[in-house]
Amino acid sequence: MEFLYASEVLINGLMAGVMYALVALGFVLIYKASGVFNYAQGVMALFAAMTLVGIMEGRVPFAHLLNAVFGMHVSTLGWTVPAAFAILLTALVMVGLAIAIEKLVLKHLVGQEPIILFMATIGLAWFLEGLGDVMWGADVKVLDVGLPQGISDTVETVTNDLLGYGFFIDRLDIWASVIAALLVAALVGFSQYTKQGRAMRAVADDHQAALSVGISLQFIWIMVWSIAGFVALVAGIMWGTKAGVQFSLSLIALKALPVLMLGGFTSIPGAIVGGLIIGMGEKLFEYFVGPLVGGATENWFAYVLALIFLVFRPQGLFGERIIERV
Amino acid sequence: MFYREAGDFKTSYRDDGQTFPIRLDRWGYYALLAVAFLVVPFVIDSYWANAVLVPFLIYAIAAIGLNILTGYAGQVSLGTGGFMAVGAYAVYKLMTAFPGVPIFIHILLAGGVTAIVGMLFGLPSLRIKGFYLAVATLAAQFFLVWLFNKVPWFYNYSASGQINAPERTFFGWAITGPATSASAKYLTCLVFAVGLAWVARNLTRGTIGRKWMAIRDMDIAAEIIGVNPLTAKLSAFAVSSFFVGVSGALLFSVYLGAAEASEAFGINKSFLVLFMIIIGGLGSIFGSFAGAAFLVLLPVFLKNVLVARLGWPTDLAAHIELMIVGGLIIFFLIVEPHGLARLWALTKEKLRLWPFPH
Repeated sequence: MEFLYASEVLINGLMAGVMYALVALGFVLIYKASGVFNYAQGVMALFAAMTLVGIMEGRVPFAHLLNAVFGMHVSTLGWTVPAAFAILLTALVMVGLAIAIEKLVLKHLVGQEPIILFMATIGLAWFLEGLGDVMWGADVKVLDVGLPQGISDTVETVTNDLLGYGFFIDRLDIWASVIAALLVAALVGFSQYTKQGRAMRAVADDHQAALSVGISLQFIWIMVWSIAGFVALVAGIMWGTKAGVQFSLSLIALKALPVLMLGGFTSIPGAIVGGLIIGMGEKLFEYFVGPLVGGATENWFAYVLALIFLVFRPQGLFGERIIERV
Repeated sequence: MFYREAGDFKTSYRDDGQTFPIRLDRWGYYALLAVAFLVVPFVIDSYWANAVLVPFLIYAIAAIGLNILTGYAGQVSLGTGGFMAVGAYAVYKLMTAFPGVPIFIHILLAGGVTAIVGMLFGLPSLRIKGFYLAVATLAAQFFLVWLFNKVPWFYNYSASGQINAPERTFFGWAITGPATSASAKYLTCLVFAVGLAWVARNLTRGTIGRKWMAIRDMDIAAEIIGVNPLTAKLSAFAVSSFFVGVSGALLFSVYLGAAEASEAFGINKSFLVLFMIIIGGLGSIFGSFAGAAFLVLLPVFLKNVLVARLGWPTDLAAHIELMIVGGLIIFFLIVEPHGLARLWALTKEKLRLWPFPH
């Protein structure tokens, strides 16, 4: 029974790992194509989820600001938008955001050191967080796009019949795993078999060489940030459905960072394997060691694991080997 | 007239290499110090102390600390909040364990404790660098805050999980505790800020500072020309953490009086101090002060204008503040990566040549 319970914890950890991997994917995409380590990925997920809820509920953007400045009393437009259409609109907003980021930020920072770009994305994260709150309000929002939620009865009865112990697994987690698998398949297909995907890989490999064979860097960057925005939207939907759309959602970015360090910044499989290891590791650690040290070890376990791991393999599990020359 | 070097002759290398080579600048600095020490303590009221000057001085110390690590030694750290917490909890344990020892010594000792912890978390920097390290320092942030929340020994088994600064006096003056006057708070922080800034300035322009900068500019090349990366990086972590620890100790004992680890020393503190040095100027002591002043004053300014003058709701003002700070970070990184310190230096250059452009 002890063993079965531990394996339930393990499976739940794997499911959580999939959710981390979803966020980490967005990081990897942008890092691969532009060498930018995008700290704002988590806030992008929050922003996407907020926009989605805002559109679905027909909220007036900037209502809070308009009310304060012009003394108006607007809150909703009085209609609701079906989920599928709202997701499409939100995706368009994320494309707009990608274009704005390219035009206003990245274009001016070409050729800067990676760490400067990293700090710029921290600034971007704060800006987007403020913008999201001003646009849609800072209240905790409920997001429901029709994904099934709650404990899966099928899994419970089946495992109960087979093992004599019912596994509690959230249906949303199962769906998230399926969607994540589809998303990864789509991304890999896109980057391997389409012209744009090939151009993207060329840019990732060498900016200068890509430019010289006539690939538009600007277009590729906008495209990559749009895709990252879309991945953020998917992650935002999953996490938003699970825990409500609120500020803490942007903190999942912080959870995705150790996942990346473990898997390597440049590898899509790395993001997934890293996510699974971290998700599994932290749940098991909390289960076995947590009670001995007062619990809440999930806050730091991922980081310490990644830190210790990095000391032995600085580029992560699947990362490219770092070669330095003077 | 202003900032002229004409007639201001240097006859030794020592004179030529001083921090303020221009006479007017030097007198300006002395005048500023004189006003800060001799005038301000007598006219300060508790609003100015608590809202502006005391947080400014405390954050300036933290910013100098992070600037040593990030601006001079090139090791980006996101663990500042955690190290400030180490300083705060160390000073708390020392204050309650040895009530007879003067508080100034406790604050310095707390800095020492933080230096040791900082070196420990700086060890991975020998293998990993860049944003791998930045993310690794987050481990320090989360682990330390968790530790102070979970281990009751650190907060003396108090029921609320908070730490409260008991009253400590220095020659009959209350330095910590609820009875502390505004000028006592201000003077304590001022003494530390001025003293530590002086130490930092002289460390960074000496041998050790040169080593840090060599490591920052290119660590492998620095190693080849004979800089030991182990000592250079660990000393940067140690000195930086010492400063950050002192600032954390002051923040808790003198300014806040009570603190709770995850609230007072969360991840946002780390970012706040990082933003101070980006806006102020990486690799500049003056920049640390400028950045701290800017980010301490901005919320006060916005609150006065948006909330008090225009009557907007407080939460809206807070969100707009986030947007402004984020936007400014990007703006500064694009337009002036060396921050306010560089703008100030440019102004001085212009003034020296004025009215002739070349």
